[in-house]
Amino acid sequence: MPLQKLAVEIENLWFKYPETKNWTLKNIDLKIKEGELIALVGENGAGKTTLIKHLIGLLKPQKGTVKIYGKNTRNHTVAELARIIGIIFQNPDHQLFSETVEKEIEFTLKNFGYTKQQIKSIVQKVLKEFNLDKQADKSPLELSQGERKRLTIAFTVAYNPQIIVLDEPTIGQDYKSKQQIAQIVKQLNKKGKTVIIVTHDIKFALQHIPETIVMSKGKIIARGPTWKVLTEDKIVKQAKLTKPLIVRIYERIKDKIGGEKQLNYNRIEQQILEAINNAY
Amino acid sequence: MYDIVIKELWFKYEGEKEWTLKNINLKVRKGEKVLITGPSGCGKTTLCRCIIGLIPHFYRGEYKGEVLLFNGNIKVSQTEVSKIAQHVGMVFQDPESQLIMTTVEREIAFGLENLALPPSEIRRRVEEVLLELGISNLRSKHPYQLSGGEQQKVALASILAMKPKILILDEPTANLDPKSTQDLLQIVSKVAKQNNITIVIVEHKIEDIFYHVDRIVVLNEGRIEMDVARTEAYKHVSKLEEIGVEVPIQIKVASILAKKGYIKLARKVLEDEKVLLEVVENAFTKISSRNRKLVV
Repeated sequence: MPLQKLAVEIENLWFKYPETKNWTLKNIDLKIKEGELIALVGENGAGKTTLIKHLIGLLKPQKGTVKIYGKNTRNHTVAELARIIGIIFQNPDHQLFSETVEKEIEFTLKNFGYTKQQIKSIVQKVLKEFNLDKQADKSPLELSQGERKRLTIAFTVAYNPQIIVLDEPTIGQDYKSKQQIAQIVKQLNKKGKTVIIVTHDIKFALQHIPETIVMSKGKIIARGPTWKVLTEDKIVKQAKLTKPLIVRIYERIKDKIGGEKQLNYNRIEQQILEAINNAY
Repeated sequence: MYDIVIKELWFKYEGEKEWTLKNINLKVRKGEKVLITGPSGCGKTTLCRCIIGLIPHFYRGEYKGEVLLFNGNIKVSQTEVSKIAQHVGMVFQDPESQLIMTTVEREIAFGLENLALPPSEIRRRVEEVLLELGISNLRSKHPYQLSGGEQQKVALASILAMKPKILILDEPTANLDPKSTQDLLQIVSKVAKQNNITIVIVEHKIEDIFYHVDRIVVLNEGRIEMDVARTEAYKHVSKLEEIGVEVPIQIKVASILAKKGYIKLARKVLEDEKVLLEVVENAFTKISSRNRKLVV
């Protein structure tokens, strides 16, 4: 097996904001391999956003090190790191300011030094890929919330960073947009991108993200297959998470459902519905 | 007794070509809890604005039809918003936009001062609502020192202190973590029941809120496409799928039961989560005992 590169390597990271008494991040050790698709969950204030700000160098560790593809974030500017890692923030409106959808994507590419010709072809490709080609000449402000979210993902993907971080991508999104976001995320991952999803949406993580990291009070308290991690009582309680309905149902029937190793939301839902269909 | 009656309501924002609301007819009984859901851009927030009077008083546009509150005693289009706000409260998605004062206590008192209540009554109500929502410990904090969940509780507290008869919540849990979401929904249910408040709540997370509401209204492209009692939702799986709204597991289970002729059981599954859990458990027990017999 070829040796997988480390996309993210964090060792003994401690961080405290100047105005607070407590450490926001405490002794974080984290390795994420190239090509992983991983969710980062935890209650409000657990330190998730502080952690991802370290990945792109917006914050620098007070103790310990953060390396992105071997580059120590202390020794590199945000602009340099942004070539490798793209962050899509929660509120798309904070990231949109061009006159048209097309110009929004062009703008990012110009910043990264692409030639005119390259820009033209990338923009066309990305518009199509994200189903925004019909909106190319519209103002980003005319787009629906779901479309605006897709646009912020589109212009981040356009400049081809190796690692993509989405901060709460499902907030305010309706069901269809959530499905679309899940599709986009999976496609990016298939192309070999490392994708990190910061989310409160436990159901979304269970449905679509194979692996999960749980944070609580500045520490990483668990990491593993999403279904396993997010159904464990101790972790759920400590991180102030809740169990979605499907998990509560599963707990009533887990002795009877048969010993499948790879637990998965959609598979369990299907088994429940089949059981109802057969038994009644 | 109808707290809200909407008759043939149409609304188009100034400068828009399309009507955002198209011929909305809706009646909500006193004390009823109604979920309004539907794809983004379907008109949910616009409908809330029409109930509280922000439309037509603050947002300009073309307005047809009428919205009547409290058995027709208030005609929204002809009543000042400040007067409507004495009886109708609204909590928004983003609590920060609603919090303006320097401490939680003052925040809650602010709305009451605007109602020109005597200071002793203001103090009494602030204490009452702090206790009711379990946030007495936050009273001296600045709203910006609070977590998202706490901020949303404070926004809710400041509305509840005004003792609204109708409470409108526009995606109140969008920014909250799962635990805070459950806490908030439980508080709303409890307070609504105690004071017989009529609730209109806009949410995408149907599964989470399902057992907290009596009725489900689905909007699509400005029209009401579905308006059913919670326990009748089993009839509408294909409609929900067609509109592109999530079909939660309890409705899927109830729909299968109903198709097999177990209508009463289907309704009970939608009435009570405990029944849902029992029904699923029984199904697996039946199947495993059947399988055992086959083996023997």
